[in-house]
Amino acid sequence: MIDIMQQYGEAYLWTDGFHYTGVSVTLMLLVTSVVIGFVLSIPLAIARTSGRRSYVYPVWVFSFLFRGTPLYVQLLVFYSGVYTLEFVHSSDFLNWFFRSGYYCMLLALVLNTCAYTTEIFAGAIRETDKGEIEAARAYGFSNWKLYSKVILPSALRRAIPSYSNEVILVLHATSLAFTATVPDILKIARDVNSATYQSFFAFGIAAILYLIISFFLVAIFRRAEQKWLKHL
Amino acid sequence: MLYGYTNLIIDGALMTMSLAVMSALLSMILGLLGACAKIFGSKLSSTVASLYSTIIRGIPDLVLMLLIFYGLQIALNQLTEFFSWQQININPFVTGVLTIGFIYGAYLTETFRGAFLAVLKGQIEAATAYGFTPWKVFRFVLFPQMMRHALPGLENNWLVILKSTALVSIIGLADVVKATQMAGKGTYEFFFFTIIAALIYLLFTTFSNVVFYWLDKQFQSDRKDTRV
Repeated sequence: MIDIMQQYGEAYLWTDGFHYTGVSVTLMLLVTSVVIGFVLSIPLAIARTSGRRSYVYPVWVFSFLFRGTPLYVQLLVFYSGVYTLEFVHSSDFLNWFFRSGYYCMLLALVLNTCAYTTEIFAGAIRETDKGEIEAARAYGFSNWKLYSKVILPSALRRAIPSYSNEVILVLHATSLAFTATVPDILKIARDVNSATYQSFFAFGIAAILYLIISFFLVAIFRRAEQKWLKHL
Repeated sequence: MLYGYTNLIIDGALMTMSLAVMSALLSMILGLLGACAKIFGSKLSSTVASLYSTIIRGIPDLVLMLLIFYGLQIALNQLTEFFSWQQININPFVTGVLTIGFIYGAYLTETFRGAFLAVLKGQIEAATAYGFTPWKVFRFVLFPQMMRHALPGLENNWLVILKSTALVSIIGLADVVKATQMAGKGTYEFFFFTIIAALIYLLFTTFSNVVFYWLDKQFQSDRKDTRV
């Protein structure tokens, strides 16, 4: 195990000398997809709970499709499926985008986590106390003010426990990246496994790294809960 | 319609389904054991159960799958070599079931633990007061009520298990993903066949949603009857 650490320790954590690899890539995938997914999911959650059919149905279909299929299948659709289509070849941008394992993985992760986060936030919005909304309406709040000052601050707070679960699941989901040739932690572990045939240690080190990141995330969210959920 | 790959894909879909059902059963058994150990067990067994549920839930399922798949085979090789037996090759299906069941047992431990704790204390006290033995309390009072509270968590976990079976194609099992990828390679219609895989999964999850909706209704009406 020590010889693996000496020889591949840097590749597990930071870089293999040419590219970023290992923990840095995993964290990059995690942070990028969680941030984009969060930003997209708020308007989608508002649309999902708006009660207007023309808003509700498209979001419902989106979340049904992305929550009803495995992330691996979604990644395969983007990575090996879309690239074989004719119109993707003829467009420079699409060709460049779908040729990259990184972008395909990010696209799949963002859409997937966005679907789950939308449902989490929509659930929290639905549970908002009716009296709060009535009070805001009685004070003459505009729709924008109602959402930005009353509904969203309280709904997002109440969503923190389920949202922290979702973020940890996204961390777990990033381990799929190696199937799209992205050099994340698990890709390094597989390379080490095929180079040294010490499977237990090669994957064991990866497992411990993921465990440490998970515990960090849990600690961060516990802090957030203490700060923003004090009143509960 | 499917360029002659229909049978392959149907076999794959059946493989996915049986894998999901088997691992769900295993994980329910492990989850029940873990929850019971955590609540009723001695200090040692509750520590073991806590370690199990904490560590497994912190590691991605794919990493555990590869760890167990490769690690188990090598450990077995060393064992057979040590005793100079013939080499035993692990069946990927068995490994898949063991791995997925083992992983989601940890998640179900928490589901069942929460459900056990949600059963009102008075129920247990009443049963004890009527002279029920601890086993009878568990079998007739605690367990049936616990299952109602566990149902939403069970549904969630079942859907996650169903979707996580897509990963077994990475360790070489001929599930529906593998079948559609093979069909894609044969015809170079990757997009079409991967969408087929997605549709099959959608069909499975929608069907499960319907079943759980029905189960939930069944339990809800039951609950109302007992309360009136």
